[in-house]
Amino acid sequence: MDLRYSPEQQAFSTDVRSFTRAHLDPKVAKKVLEGARLEREDYLGWHRSLHKKGWVGVGWPTSYGGTGWDATHQHIFDEVTADEGAPILIPFGLRMVAPVIMNFGNQAQKDFHLPKILSGEHWWCQGYSEPGSGSDLSSLKMKAERSSDGTHYIVNGQKTWTTLGQHADWIFCLVRTSNEGRQQEGISFLLIDMKTPGITVRPIIMLDQEHEVNEVWFDNVKVPATNLVGEENKGWTYAKFLLSHERNGIAGVGRCKRIVKRLHHVAQQAYSNGRPLIEDARFRDKIAQAEIDLRALEITLLRVLDAEREKHAPGPEASLLKIKGSEIQQTLTELTMMAAGPAALPYVREGDNGAPDVPWLSDEAYRYASGHYFNFRKTTIYGGSNEIQRNIVTQLVLGL
Amino acid sequence: MNFSLTDEQSALKETLIKFIDRDYGFEQRWAVLRTDEGWSRTRWNQLAEIGVMALPVAEADGGLGGAGVDTMIVMEQLGRGLVLEPYVGCCLLPAALLTRGATDMERAGLLERIASGETLAAFAHTDAGRRYERHSTGTAASFVNGGFVLNGKKVVVLGGDCAEQLLVSANVGGDGASLFLVAANATGVKRLAYPMQDAQRGADIEFSNARATLLGPQGGAQPAIDYALDVACAALCAEAVGAMIELHKITVEYLKTRKQFGRPIGMNQALQHRAVDMLMHVEMSRSMALDAAMAVSENNAAARAKTISAAKVLVGQACRFVGQNAVQLHGGIGVTHELNVSHYFKRLTMIAATFGDTDWHLARYSDSLLVA
Repeated sequence: MDLRYSPEQQAFSTDVRSFTRAHLDPKVAKKVLEGARLEREDYLGWHRSLHKKGWVGVGWPTSYGGTGWDATHQHIFDEVTADEGAPILIPFGLRMVAPVIMNFGNQAQKDFHLPKILSGEHWWCQGYSEPGSGSDLSSLKMKAERSSDGTHYIVNGQKTWTTLGQHADWIFCLVRTSNEGRQQEGISFLLIDMKTPGITVRPIIMLDQEHEVNEVWFDNVKVPATNLVGEENKGWTYAKFLLSHERNGIAGVGRCKRIVKRLHHVAQQAYSNGRPLIEDARFRDKIAQAEIDLRALEITLLRVLDAEREKHAPGPEASLLKIKGSEIQQTLTELTMMAAGPAALPYVREGDNGAPDVPWLSDEAYRYASGHYFNFRKTTIYGGSNEIQRNIVTQLVLGL
Repeated sequence: MNFSLTDEQSALKETLIKFIDRDYGFEQRWAVLRTDEGWSRTRWNQLAEIGVMALPVAEADGGLGGAGVDTMIVMEQLGRGLVLEPYVGCCLLPAALLTRGATDMERAGLLERIASGETLAAFAHTDAGRRYERHSTGTAASFVNGGFVLNGKKVVVLGGDCAEQLLVSANVGGDGASLFLVAANATGVKRLAYPMQDAQRGADIEFSNARATLLGPQGGAQPAIDYALDVACAALCAEAVGAMIELHKITVEYLKTRKQFGRPIGMNQALQHRAVDMLMHVEMSRSMALDAAMAVSENNAAARAKTISAAKVLVGQACRFVGQNAVQLHGGIGVTHELNVSHYFKRLTMIAATFGDTDWHLARYSDSLLVA
């Protein structure tokens, strides 16, 4: 047993760092490190650089053009790139629909979709939640009816909370193909081209006044039957498979480490009663506690990833990571807001020249502090709320 | 980075699991607990035969030269069985102290006898009213007639009830801590032994002009004291993990079997989610106990201290959460002496309060952020 990196792993870490420094656009890195909003191209530029290097298929098997990295290498990659200010790799294609296609899709779907996910040519979004189906996801109603000749589905209904759907080329959807039996039994998994006539994307403005999520409306959308993944009415199995993959990435350890750095920065810059805030034990202890919790999460993540290597699929332990990871992310963003003090109060927007409209808030770490706090309230709600995660652990781990 | 045990470590783990299952059932523990000594020489010798006493002693000193992970494996099982034999107090802690705080000559023989389980030693360090102070201030050593004598009082000496050899921290003038060896039956040594809340044993020990042998450099014992207490903290974290895993298991089992309102109480979501939160504390503690076990062999003392304090904070909080809630979820039966639940709760509570509580370690970690 050894928690240290081997010389080979250290060398890999150095490689990742020098590659990131050489290929990540410094303007993008600056935005990420300061917590500014990213544009579509900011994500894609980094995605394409990684693709060229063969590093974009993290967690993918080599047979599909993945890196084939083990858990430790994946963790090092996440940690180092996050530290350097790299944007996250949008997970909807790479980490969510791709594993489903690999495991349950047919050859044509693999051949068509996987290379385009890898190259970044197709940006994917997730069509799971509906207005009436949040935690009770399997009650979803969006209807897909086979055309009389069997070649198409006609899709009608609405999806919601579609993250970055405004950028997406494709959406994977859970649709209702049958009302017979238990509600889980009539669900199918469809891949839909966002350019298909009848699809409308409407922004939902969140509490930080940002446009991050959307409603997606489907009005008699004609989808080729060949876009069905696996078997009709078996979609719930694939959906659960995908959700367990989603929970792992959700721990966000690399991202948390970056926020810790920013928090230290703010606590050193901000003055409290004539001394740097970091010297105030009452506040410093809160940072200490968050760092300790984060270290525990990091090692737990590595333990889970290591165990998964044996059985090749995330288990219900991923729910524990999701709960703890989201809680820590919220704590860290809250502390950063607290560190900013009164600087957290103004709602700051950028002028055309990129400068803030409240000029004394020129340090971006302050400027975005409260926005992040508000934005991160989502983390304990999305991906299956933390209460749903506790239900999952209750059933699958505790057997209650 | 890897999380697998070596073949030897797996074998050690299996042996200890068998030992606890066979010789340390709750009834068997009761029998030992009711004896005058409060622990069993037979069990002590069994543990010595397995090699547990030899693990923390270097091969050059006659031991097995085990690493932090080996200690972790042992402590998890001792925690699971709520073992009463004073392993940390009378073996692990003094062995670590002698390894770092005494010269080869000084420790020759003594460490070998500790490794064989033949000699029990204890570390008399805590001064009355000074809580977790690591710098000994209350006990004085003076040079009289060609040798040192000790004056002062040490309290809550783990294993101080039965140790034959005492390692004592004391100051010679304003020199800083020095380490002394005193035979427990020497003239001028008076001890008051007592059981503790968790049925472990300890003692207050008073020194009145007791003759003592200086170990290591005069005034230079602090690094060894810090090291040994850190080793003990790492071990306690692992012991807590073993105890918490078992206590959580017992609690979940109870939720499945205890019925109220005509159905198992585990059908109630309020209790289910509490049990999940307990599991989360257990899993995070496992990770930190592992981190602490690794940190024991860290050469940079500041880095070691930081990691071990982080572990003790997180594990201490878990001890409180898991212990309190195990009692709560058991309801009335949880607050009785007859059920093992309260015994686990008390041990976990005492672990959190030993060698620095959560606040003490949080402060040590937190202050390290200022230096960075």
